[in-house]
Amino acid sequence: MFVGPSLILMLIFIAAPLVTVFWNSFYVTKPQYEKVEVETCTPGFPKPKCTTAVKQLPLLDENGKVVTETSFVGLESYINVLEPNRLRAALEALDWNALNNIEFWQALRFTLLFTLVTMPLVIGTGLLIALTVNGTIQSIKGPVIFVSLLPFIITPVIGALSIRWLFIGDGILTAALEAWLDRDIAMFAQGWTIEILMYVYRVWHVAPFAFVVFYAGLQTLNNDTLESAIVDGANRFERLRYVVIPHLMPLIIFVLLIHLMDAYRVFEEIVGFSSQAYVISLQWLTYDFLMPDEAGTRSISRASASAMLTMVGIIVLLVIPLRRAWRDRRKIH
Amino acid sequence: MSVPKSMEKPFWLKLLSNGFLSLWCLLAAFPIAWIAIMSFKTPFDAFSPNPFNVIFGPATRSLGHGLTTLEIAAGLALAYFLVVLALRWLPRQVAHYTPAGYGAFGWLVAALLFGFVAIILFLVVIPAVTGPLNPLLGPLGRDILGLTTEHYEAVWIDRNFVRNFGNSMLVTGGVVAISLTVGTLAGYGLARSGTDLAFWLLIVALIFRALPHSVLVAGYLPVFIKSAEILRPILGEFAPTLYGKPWAVIIVLVSINQPFTIWMLSSFFQNIPSELDEAARVDGCSHFEAFRRVIMPVMWPGVITAGLFSFLLAYNDFLVTSLLLDARNMTMVPAIAGMFNRETTASDEVQAIAAAVSITAPLFVLVLVFQKQIVSGLTAGAVKG
Repeated sequence: MFVGPSLILMLIFIAAPLVTVFWNSFYVTKPQYEKVEVETCTPGFPKPKCTTAVKQLPLLDENGKVVTETSFVGLESYINVLEPNRLRAALEALDWNALNNIEFWQALRFTLLFTLVTMPLVIGTGLLIALTVNGTIQSIKGPVIFVSLLPFIITPVIGALSIRWLFIGDGILTAALEAWLDRDIAMFAQGWTIEILMYVYRVWHVAPFAFVVFYAGLQTLNNDTLESAIVDGANRFERLRYVVIPHLMPLIIFVLLIHLMDAYRVFEEIVGFSSQAYVISLQWLTYDFLMPDEAGTRSISRASASAMLTMVGIIVLLVIPLRRAWRDRRKIH
Repeated sequence: MSVPKSMEKPFWLKLLSNGFLSLWCLLAAFPIAWIAIMSFKTPFDAFSPNPFNVIFGPATRSLGHGLTTLEIAAGLALAYFLVVLALRWLPRQVAHYTPAGYGAFGWLVAALLFGFVAIILFLVVIPAVTGPLNPLLGPLGRDILGLTTEHYEAVWIDRNFVRNFGNSMLVTGGVVAISLTVGTLAGYGLARSGTDLAFWLLIVALIFRALPHSVLVAGYLPVFIKSAEILRPILGEFAPTLYGKPWAVIIVLVSINQPFTIWMLSSFFQNIPSELDEAARVDGCSHFEAFRRVIMPVMWPGVITAGLFSFLLAYNDFLVTSLLLDARNMTMVPAIAGMFNRETTASDEVQAIAAAVSITAPLFVLVLVFQKQIVSGLTAGAVKG
């Protein structure tokens, strides 16, 4: 009785859309065209010159609306997204640039690299902040946690924008880099500098989360264990390696898992840095298909296909951690 | 707690760790603080490569927008006075005037009144006092800090950001209210059901948390656009087009967040001893009455935490709102992205910065007030998971 409303909501708004996406990815809706013979006349002497041409016009119904037809196309939308022919050509020629020009593979490459690069950085930075805050005097812990929460809580698009404004054109940080390296720098003129900024932004944004979680873990660390490690002659680094890290291990795995999901969804950075010309991600690809193009049409079918592929990707990534959780549970029971 | 001698840090490590800590605090706060400064300057100053030009704003000053030493001193003194007042005098007044049990409401009224008075003091009283004094003081009365609020005025008034703000509040408020109502019931039900469902719920919540939102939106969008045609057989003439409607977006966001909310709340309810509501049931309460009379008074800490995270999801969302809302009902975050995607001039860019700072300010207050709950919410997931 208590769970009812929530179950209904989830069924309608999570399960149903997934089915729709699956369905849509095999169908294409197109406006129907009819062939019309159109006679166009231009005034002339002695008779007006008339030409007839066969034109394709969208078919209209009695309300003046375009008649559309939905047809089953099988895997065509997937092929349109994946572009296997161009992929094969690029792979056979070992042409990295050609591979990078195919939207889907470019997005996949960036999304995976983004996840892999930021992961250790987030864990490392978070751990470092947690350890230093844990060792500092009591009175400044509160303010430090407050300041640290700011990058985490900020709207992702705004956070990315704030970094962009520091670097854009001759922004102060670009100017500082130029003075330091003694050369002209344009951070937003090529892909790899934007990518670096994205990594930096993401670490800045997520490290506070890792920090707060690890810091909470450090509070439950048993002081006796640490002291006995000292008695056994462990130095500072060994204590960290053999006592602190194993104690935090479940939390590290938790943060890794959450970060894996979040980094795979990378999207706001693309919007904030306006980087679609150089760097795109899987989520952004679907978003782009869904946005109306110049003619005002949304390619729903291709968006559905790319959404399905995105989903398959995250399921593949999550299978290992979830199977592990399943096995742990079997052990307990 | 005293630290054993053997665990005391050597001097170099202390130095290193304190240095790292200050560096991190600087890095964490700098971008946000800097755009706040930029938003008050003319474009020429805001994008100047020289940081001192950005801070002191010579170009802004030369246009006649600026603060004199006297004004800055008066402003700082007033700010200090107000902070002391808010910390010492205000709590006593609130405690004195509000009846017991309405503390939160009393604080809300007090904060609004206090903020209103502070704004009047800063914007009306200080200029009125310093205006005639400035010419008399010589060098102290000259502008030294360029400062202009024209971009805020342009954004909020000319660009009608007020409407975007209203939409944001509507969507966020709706999401928090509905998500908590539905989620609390479900969380409580699950926590007391005693079945194995909790584990499966956790797995489902994890999977849905991993699901990119664009996948879901790809499912909504075509249905929402055509919803009037689809629903006509059932609802007749009243079949609504869901696309562009704030309440449709509210329900979408609630559902996206639902697994996480339920999971968080159910683990919170598990920590409330079930003897409590069993006792109420023995005394003759129905299931629902037991929930209302016994559980509701003690559930607020957990509900506030879950509410904060719903708030953040709805407030910070870009993807769902930008795709499912039309231009008229746009919330603040997608609206700002629209501001600089056009052919932007430098002054448009500074207006976008002012809008960005306006969006961030409520979040800043949120962290200030709810720091403890946010931290506990973040760690709750880790400890239970």
